[in-house]
Amino acid sequence: MTLTDREEEILEALWGELVEEKNQSCDISVLKDDEVIKKLADLDYVEIKNNQIKLTNKGKDEAKNCVRRHRLAERLFVDVLDIKKGLVHEASCKFEHLLHKGLDENVCILLGHPKTCPHGRPIPEGNCCKDAKRIPKKLIMLLSELELDKKATISHLETQDKVMLQKIIAIGALPNTGIKLIQKFPSYVFQIGKSQFAIDKELASCIYVRII
Amino acid sequence: MAIDYKGPVEYSIELAIEKICELLKASYFISKRSVTLLLLQDDEEIKEMVRKSEGEAINKIDEVVKEAKSHFANPITYELALERQNEVRLIIEKTVNIKKEVLRASERLSQLTMNPITGIPILLFVLYWGLYKFVGQFGAGTVVNFLEGTLFDKYLSPFFIKIAAHIIPWKILQELFVGEYGVITLGIRYAVALILPIVTFFFIVFSIIEDTGYLPRLAMLIDRIFKKIGLSGRAAIPVVLGFGCATMATMVTRTLPTKRERIIATMLLSLAIPCSAQMGVILALLGGNPKAMLIWAGIVGLIFLFVGYLTSKILPGERPSFYMEVPPLRMPSVSNVITKTFARVKWYFIEILPLFLLASIFIWLGMLLHIFDFLVGLLKKPVELIGLPPEASTAFLFGFFRRDYGAAGLYDLNKQGLLNGTQLVVSCVALTLFLPCIAQFLMNIKERGWKTGLGISAFILFFSFSVAYVVNFILTRLGVIL
Repeated sequence: MTLTDREEEILEALWGELVEEKNQSCDISVLKDDEVIKKLADLDYVEIKNNQIKLTNKGKDEAKNCVRRHRLAERLFVDVLDIKKGLVHEASCKFEHLLHKGLDENVCILLGHPKTCPHGRPIPEGNCCKDAKRIPKKLIMLLSELELDKKATISHLETQDKVMLQKIIAIGALPNTGIKLIQKFPSYVFQIGKSQFAIDKELASCIYVRII
Repeated sequence: MAIDYKGPVEYSIELAIEKICELLKASYFISKRSVTLLLLQDDEEIKEMVRKSEGEAINKIDEVVKEAKSHFANPITYELALERQNEVRLIIEKTVNIKKEVLRASERLSQLTMNPITGIPILLFVLYWGLYKFVGQFGAGTVVNFLEGTLFDKYLSPFFIKIAAHIIPWKILQELFVGEYGVITLGIRYAVALILPIVTFFFIVFSIIEDTGYLPRLAMLIDRIFKKIGLSGRAAIPVVLGFGCATMATMVTRTLPTKRERIIATMLLSLAIPCSAQMGVILALLGGNPKAMLIWAGIVGLIFLFVGYLTSKILPGERPSFYMEVPPLRMPSVSNVITKTFARVKWYFIEILPLFLLASIFIWLGMLLHIFDFLVGLLKKPVELIGLPPEASTAFLFGFFRRDYGAAGLYDLNKQGLLNGTQLVVSCVALTLFLPCIAQFLMNIKERGWKTGLGISAFILFFSFSVAYVVNFILTRLGVIL
């Protein structure tokens, strides 16, 4: 079930106090009769003993996601929507609750997996951030972007210019062929099989390669 | 062997081939299948041929081609190439064993020649030792001095003059053979003692460079610069050959892919590339004067780039593209180099000897009928304008009969001490840029057509004197003493 805005905010506050500040527990004597706290306890997000509150494992996960959504929202407002810093927190507080189920990942990807919020606090990693780390930055790239002496195969050719295409075909630079870039300047020199070829920038920009 | 072309499941290339083959009624010099495949790849020549022999049916064929194309995201040429490559890969997998190869030393050297940081010094090294030292100083200097100065001037010419005086009673006929511009004393002397050694030495160097596989590496090094003047690295070969014989190089411009590149290359070969004979004489003239040599090379190099840049801006057409196989570097074999050099020198010599003799006869006739006096007189004014002694006009006029002839004429003037440093530079610049020799003039017309050929020549006539005038003006005003 979805939590209310207020429930999420309390979880966020607890994340800050307990996880980031590394306090053992938090005194809630002032709030002990608060309905929201009681509900969180019923849902098994928090444990309350002697006015001291702790996050359960389930609660930690949920709190982490709430914080992540809030800080991503802040980043979005500052980096993309250019909202003044003073207003950021307020706007984000409202906006974060909309970033549910995959929407936060889209924002995270859009922003390039930022590591901190505009106030410098860490943004907890989502699954998308872990994936982005595991997979090398780019699998398919222009031949001109390939590192020298790195083995790759040609993935595809991209040109509608028949004459250029014929030239590339004549060289034998066809998809699934192994290719190694030997030099980039003043012309592109690469090896295919036992042969080396030199081509200019225009032809090189038609060839896409995949790193092996 | 035929490949069964597949394509997407719902539509195979074979289906299109079948449909078109049925529509083709006439017979062709290649199989209907080949014609069909070329039609599918939009081959204009074949399409024109089919249009002529099939008439109305071409429209139906066009429809099938269009339908086929609609099933593919890529041009059909590409699809066919992919399928062919697949077939080739299958065959190779079954039949070929590839051994692992160790990185050889030649591969290291190859990379050094292609990297601009090391490649440009290597290029300069090759030019300095190959062209300047070997062809210029040794070939055009030492060897020519011996052949011309010792062999001809001391022994052969006096010998023939004596014989002619004995057996030919008429003074005029004596002049034809052994006079100042005689067939033997000028024609044969220039051909054998001047041109032959220079060209031989050039071809030795060219054959060695060619056999090492250095030329494609040079092409890739200069491609970027050549793009600025509307050419591609591919034009490196005619341009380098132009340092041997511009006439031959103009013929080789046929290997350039577009008309635009061919025109630009022809223009530059006629204008700013000195041929080996000329180069030999120019090196001999300026060899003792490094500063003058540098100024000459700088001006000619600038003109080369400037005119190339302008021409490429004016001429319409597509930008050239560059692709070339880079073969492994190899040690040239002595016997190959000798065979090639011999064949080239022989071809060249047989081609130019009659021209030299003919030129001598023309000059003799012209002298006799005072035509040349008239033409030389006409040239005197422009020659004086560019600050040269009037005698130089003879060199320019004769230069047209053979570009190197003119250079050799200057060489004679210099030997008589008639030219100072500035005048040497100005005359070398003018002569390098001046109208191509008659052989190249004819070749320009033959390869590029009347209009372009004549246009190029007219431009060069005007341009060479203008540049020489400006150079003389600047050098004199600045008071440069060379």
